[in-house]
Amino acid sequence: MGQTIKFTIDGTEVNGRPGQTIMEAADEAGVYIPRLCYLKELTPHGSCRVCTVIVNGRPQTACTQPIADGMTVENNTPELLEHRKNLVDMLFVEGNHFCMFCEKSGNCELQAMAYRLGILAPKYPFMFPTCEVDASHPDIFIDRNRCILCGRCVQASKDLDGKHVFDFVGRGVHKKIAVDAEAKLVDTDADVRDKAAEVCPVGAILKKHIGFSVPIGKRLYDQKPIGSEIEEKKMTKVKS
Amino acid sequence: MNKDIEKIVKQVCESNGQNKTKMMNIVTSLQERLGGLSGDVMDLIAKQTKVHRVEVESIVSFYSFLSKTPKGKIVIRLCNDIVDKMQGGEAVRKAFCDELGVKIGGTTPDGNMTLEETPCIGMCDQAPAALVNDVVFTYLSTDKAREIVRELKKHGDPKKIPHRLGDGNNAHDLVRSMVHNGIRKKGPVIFSDYEAESGLKKALAMSPVEVIREVKIARLRGRGGAGFPTGMKWEFTRGAEGTQKFVICNADEGEPGTFKDRVILTEKYDLLFEGMTIGGYAIGSDTGILYLRGEYLYLKAFLEEMLEDRRKKGLLGKDILHKKGFHFDIHIQIGAGAYICGEETSLISSCEGLRGDPKTRPPFPAQKGYLGCPTTVNNVETFCCVARIMDRGATWFAEIGSKGSPSTKLLSVSGDCSGPGVYEFPFGIKVRDLLKEVGAEDVQAVLIGGPSGQIIGPSDFERTICYDDLPTGGSIVIFNQERNILEVVKEYMDFFVEESCGYCTPCRVGNVLLRNGIENIIEGKGEPKDLDYLKELGESVKVTSRCGLGQTSPNPVLTTLKNFRGVYEKLVKKDEKGFQPTFDAKRAVGDAEKVAGRASVHY
Repeated sequence: MGQTIKFTIDGTEVNGRPGQTIMEAADEAGVYIPRLCYLKELTPHGSCRVCTVIVNGRPQTACTQPIADGMTVENNTPELLEHRKNLVDMLFVEGNHFCMFCEKSGNCELQAMAYRLGILAPKYPFMFPTCEVDASHPDIFIDRNRCILCGRCVQASKDLDGKHVFDFVGRGVHKKIAVDAEAKLVDTDADVRDKAAEVCPVGAILKKHIGFSVPIGKRLYDQKPIGSEIEEKKMTKVKS
Repeated sequence: MNKDIEKIVKQVCESNGQNKTKMMNIVTSLQERLGGLSGDVMDLIAKQTKVHRVEVESIVSFYSFLSKTPKGKIVIRLCNDIVDKMQGGEAVRKAFCDELGVKIGGTTPDGNMTLEETPCIGMCDQAPAALVNDVVFTYLSTDKAREIVRELKKHGDPKKIPHRLGDGNNAHDLVRSMVHNGIRKKGPVIFSDYEAESGLKKALAMSPVEVIREVKIARLRGRGGAGFPTGMKWEFTRGAEGTQKFVICNADEGEPGTFKDRVILTEKYDLLFEGMTIGGYAIGSDTGILYLRGEYLYLKAFLEEMLEDRRKKGLLGKDILHKKGFHFDIHIQIGAGAYICGEETSLISSCEGLRGDPKTRPPFPAQKGYLGCPTTVNNVETFCCVARIMDRGATWFAEIGSKGSPSTKLLSVSGDCSGPGVYEFPFGIKVRDLLKEVGAEDVQAVLIGGPSGQIIGPSDFERTICYDDLPTGGSIVIFNQERNILEVVKEYMDFFVEESCGYCTPCRVGNVLLRNGIENIIEGKGEPKDLDYLKELGESVKVTSRCGLGQTSPNPVLTTLKNFRGVYEKLVKKDEKGFQPTFDAKRAVGDAEKVAGRASVHY
């Protein structure tokens, strides 16, 4: 119950509840705001910046900004589309993403976001960094070439698994995911049943032995673009 | 692990109460004593403080003064700011490298001395400068560099290297530094004579709410650069729920070209501590923290002694100046080399013993700051202003300066001028008048507000320094006609690339792309369309970045694209035939030729 907070997204009125973020209220209303690092079960990280919206004239991330009465939110504007494309471009060139032989392809949120935003090839020059791959663990592998530093694994391990298998080390462009050991995942208490092994939006943390099990054409984003599940809510609402 | 090392680690952790929020003290102290924090040491710290080892590594790998690999007992950190380079820093660097026989980043074969570069250490008015452990060396020459190394080889103690002493408290027994203050112009607010503790006494005679009202009437705005109204910040913090509140002074001046806080810390520390105490009274806090940048470690013992002196005088501690129930004390938190920690939420993270990552806002520090408690973070100069407002009154304060920007501003002036140093000017001074005052001739460009500010050319010299026109935290760097503007831009972009915390995409990646783009143009590989590319990229970084660093880091590129367009246009290559003028076909097939083992048919 409780009071309703009324605000607008791109001129359309949206009702939310106190304590909700723009993202939460928008999701419930069936308005999709593009995002990468956000995951419902976790505290918003606010690092990818893809969900940047303009709130009362100022840029804010929808995943972290609480809603307020009378707030005006711009989401689907040509300027924001351009910024979002640039951010996704940056994530592509900062790593080494070879979709054609990545087993996450078709289920990858970064790839799906690029398609949704209409990116066919990055406009920025590739950085081709040298990244470490860690296949030491019997059931999970880490390929840092594909990591977008969203922090989901860090938080899931801490908040959902009650462990602390992952954390960030280094800073700036040298920032990367590290494990709670001298070097190898096998020396940590990571387990294939951990939530942290499931939440990676890209192919940086994957479970072994199950690669390519879903055929092309039946993968998560083969049929519908990312975000459709949220937009469909609106459709059903309108129908009912 | 070596038993002695184990003993030291345990001892340091225990002396910090095995408290993970004291992690900065633990790691900086161990870095100093052990020369590095190896995996074993991190394991033990983790065990002692009950955190995970990767959390310790996360911190150690963040701050540039900390390292996993061992460094020498003596670490020489050369300031690589562009101002140092303009004053002969490159030759000094070479002299150090030659004399030590190592490259930048290297350690001598005996493991004794490590040579590094570091961004601005707050000595641009006496560049080139370097830190040898915590000892500052200024006005370096190649001869002096060699002499320093020879002395160090002899006795291994940077403090024993003969040097003259600076003026004022730089000569104090607990400082004994060659740094000189360089106060070039005294104004009525910060550098004038004043009756000690008069502001504090008057504040304590008022109610906390009245103190805040006075600060608001004075229209005091933050002196660090962002210019947020101080009274409002204090009102929010006072009004926030929580029994424990904190006052933090941001003495992490890291903006390249700024050094005014250094001078306040040596000469006007009393005014600062007075202001912090008033802040504590106003917001209802009993604890103040002075976050001192790692580069100013040489001032720590002195400042601690001055705090002790205030305790003895009843100016800190319980029932301050016999005001029943007003308790306040200040302690110092040392940083470890991270520009981002000047951002208030990063600074709070660092105080909490974490990586200096900015925090998500809201909640703002006034609601949830240090350890989740309401916290006000203010600049060194801001606290000094508060003490003066209390002493002389809001009206007196507001009448100085320009209409929208009351009072004076300390400006740290360096670069191509005859009088580098600290100037206290009323807000509203024209750039042209400032340049005349500091003895700058033949000026091509002026950096106002450090690299996160603006680079302006002569057509803007009639503009004024104030919050409404050219705002600044105080860093002013002057470049004469001989300087290459694009090299200046590249230097500053290198700085931002180095100092981005890496949390958010645009700042982490975008700054690298901007820097690389500028480099391309300098190397003659740029095309006209690259100028739009840089502008759009810069705008995206500004709009989408998470904190003030990324929201301002494209400024060197964006402001020069606007103000020095001609410089760029001369360098980019046009091609009327519709070809990509900078495409180097020979280079493009180079790798393939190597693999094939023969030259291409066409070239």
